[in-house]
Amino acid sequence: MMGVKEKKMKAGRGYILHTILKYIVVILVAVIPLIPIWCMYLWLISQSFSGRVILGIVPSNFTINNWRFLWAPIKMGLKEYPNIWPITINTLFLALGTSGLVVFISTLGGYALSRMEFKGRTTLMEFIIALHAFPAIILLIAMFIILNKLGLYGKGIITLMGIILIKAGLECPMASWIIKGFFDSIPWDIEWAALVDGCSRLTAWRRVILPLILPGVGAIAIFSFLSGWSEFLLVFTYVKDETYYTLPVLIYHLIGEFKFIDWVMLAAIGLFYTIPTLIFFSVSQKVLLRIYVGGVKG
Amino acid sequence: MVSVRLINLCKYFGKVKAVDQLNLEIKDREFVALLGPSGCGKTTTLLMIAGIYKPTKGKIYFDEVDVTNWPPKDRNIGMVFQSYALYPHLSVYDNIAFPLKLKKAPKNVIDKKVKEVAKLLRIDELLDRKPAQLSGGQKQRVALARALAKEPDLFLMDEPLSNLDAKLRVFMRAELKRLQKELGITTIYVTHDQVEAMSMADRIAVLNAGRLQQYGTPDELYGKPSNLFVAGFIGAPPMNFVEGSLVEEPNDYLFVTNEFKLSLGLELGELVKKGMKTSRIILGFRPEHVKILIKPEKNTIKAKVYVIEPLGRDIIVNVKIGDKVYKVIAPPDIVLKPGQDIWLKLDMDKIHIFDKKTEKAII
Repeated sequence: MMGVKEKKMKAGRGYILHTILKYIVVILVAVIPLIPIWCMYLWLISQSFSGRVILGIVPSNFTINNWRFLWAPIKMGLKEYPNIWPITINTLFLALGTSGLVVFISTLGGYALSRMEFKGRTTLMEFIIALHAFPAIILLIAMFIILNKLGLYGKGIITLMGIILIKAGLECPMASWIIKGFFDSIPWDIEWAALVDGCSRLTAWRRVILPLILPGVGAIAIFSFLSGWSEFLLVFTYVKDETYYTLPVLIYHLIGEFKFIDWVMLAAIGLFYTIPTLIFFSVSQKVLLRIYVGGVKG
Repeated sequence: MVSVRLINLCKYFGKVKAVDQLNLEIKDREFVALLGPSGCGKTTTLLMIAGIYKPTKGKIYFDEVDVTNWPPKDRNIGMVFQSYALYPHLSVYDNIAFPLKLKKAPKNVIDKKVKEVAKLLRIDELLDRKPAQLSGGQKQRVALARALAKEPDLFLMDEPLSNLDAKLRVFMRAELKRLQKELGITTIYVTHDQVEAMSMADRIAVLNAGRLQQYGTPDELYGKPSNLFVAGFIGAPPMNFVEGSLVEEPNDYLFVTNEFKLSLGLELGELVKKGMKTSRIILGFRPEHVKILIKPEKNTIKAKVYVIEPLGRDIIVNVKIGDKVYKVIAPPDIVLKPGQDIWLKLDMDKIHIFDKKTEKAII
């Protein structure tokens, strides 16, 4: 006869084995999809610092020569491209402009959608969702005409501002929709308390409600920043002056020169292109994670 | 401090009449409770006084000033919400200082006031904490402190004790009453708990379905309820009701039901007869106004013991008359067994009689 102790031990061994197996499966499932992505980033980083690439894969000869675009104009064949810094500033201008405008409009718009009673509110909200059924690309020609009529086409920095308007216009509906959800989650009591304490509706919004939905503001700020940072089509279509290119358009043109293409430098530029995104993300991530609990009720 | 007058106050949400034709006067320095079941319009009334809801009709006066259309920030009100509604992103100190900062008070004045109020409510140790780090009772006191710091003319409280545990609630009841009397701030207190209203308020306004049922001191409400609703709502355990009719006899009037007959006497009977609108009436008696007898006596009601609920200080005896159950409070030393026959002797000075149709009190 098997003793109780033995039985327990047997069950215990089975349990441990089961747990180990479970963890192995979880780790495999979680890690395997990441491996190719990690490999690509690793490859990108090592490429950007290597002088020669054997068979197009194996990097060799450490050099920082690929990063020369940081201090010298980019030359490819006979063509010389503008310095990378003004282009980066253009991109940053576009991304921050879009992000700022989207945050400003959608925090106000989302508040109105969430908190205010007005005619056609439901219809408006349905309409916002419906807007997303159409890709922005079908508006390209119409928008070109509008930009032209407004005198925003072919005017350098002014055109970039025009693109910020378009970009923000396209981003705002979804951002307002997202931020509306955050406003919805703030109890009326808190807003009422602010009103009774001496706030006008606008001060209550700014001093009490907005700080509580910072995670939401962070989210839409990141999304619209990234969308502005990576905007290609609008800039490619509307900006003809090289001085006002943004990074995605510059990279596109560099790839376009296929005869003289310098893959290692392209890797370096690609890496450079991701840096601000990483910085912006790591900064706003803290805001995203700072979610308050427990101000209301016990 | 101010007095408050509500004149024909109405609030409709679409077709729903949340508050209907409410007239109420709250004197300066008075503590008034708005009492009623949930959905009776008491919180809506409070929010209208605060200026958060705009009345559909009617006027609100603070002293002699019509404030109906004033925004909340101009009314100088302190409000405590059921959920406390502390600002989660601000520390306790900043929560209390918030209304003062909005008033643009100088920094040293704010600091002095915050510390003073914090000391009064015994939360001076907690000033650096965030609301999330506080217990329910502490949050509640911070909410009170925030409302007090701005030195309001009028104090509004919306079920401030209902999220506290039972022991703390009893403690805070007395604490709030002391605070109100000490500071002399006119206070309107919304609650659904009649014990809270009875124990704290100078006067109670009982509301039901958006309408005022009765407005009076706790004693008046308990001793002379004006209708069936107030009679049933005030008092724990609630008043017992028996439906029956009045039968005239030579030199006497009888209250008659299927189960028993009760002599009302000539004087009382005449009064009831004069006040009756229809033939059916309802007799109401409080559990504490009945005596349990082991042997039959004249003018008693025969009943059977159904369930006994001992409470320590006294016992609640559930008695069955016919197939209906009534509650009676008895002294703890009485020995009863379920199923035992007993006789109930009502204190005839303290019975209530209501008209069945209008539900209004006849006596």
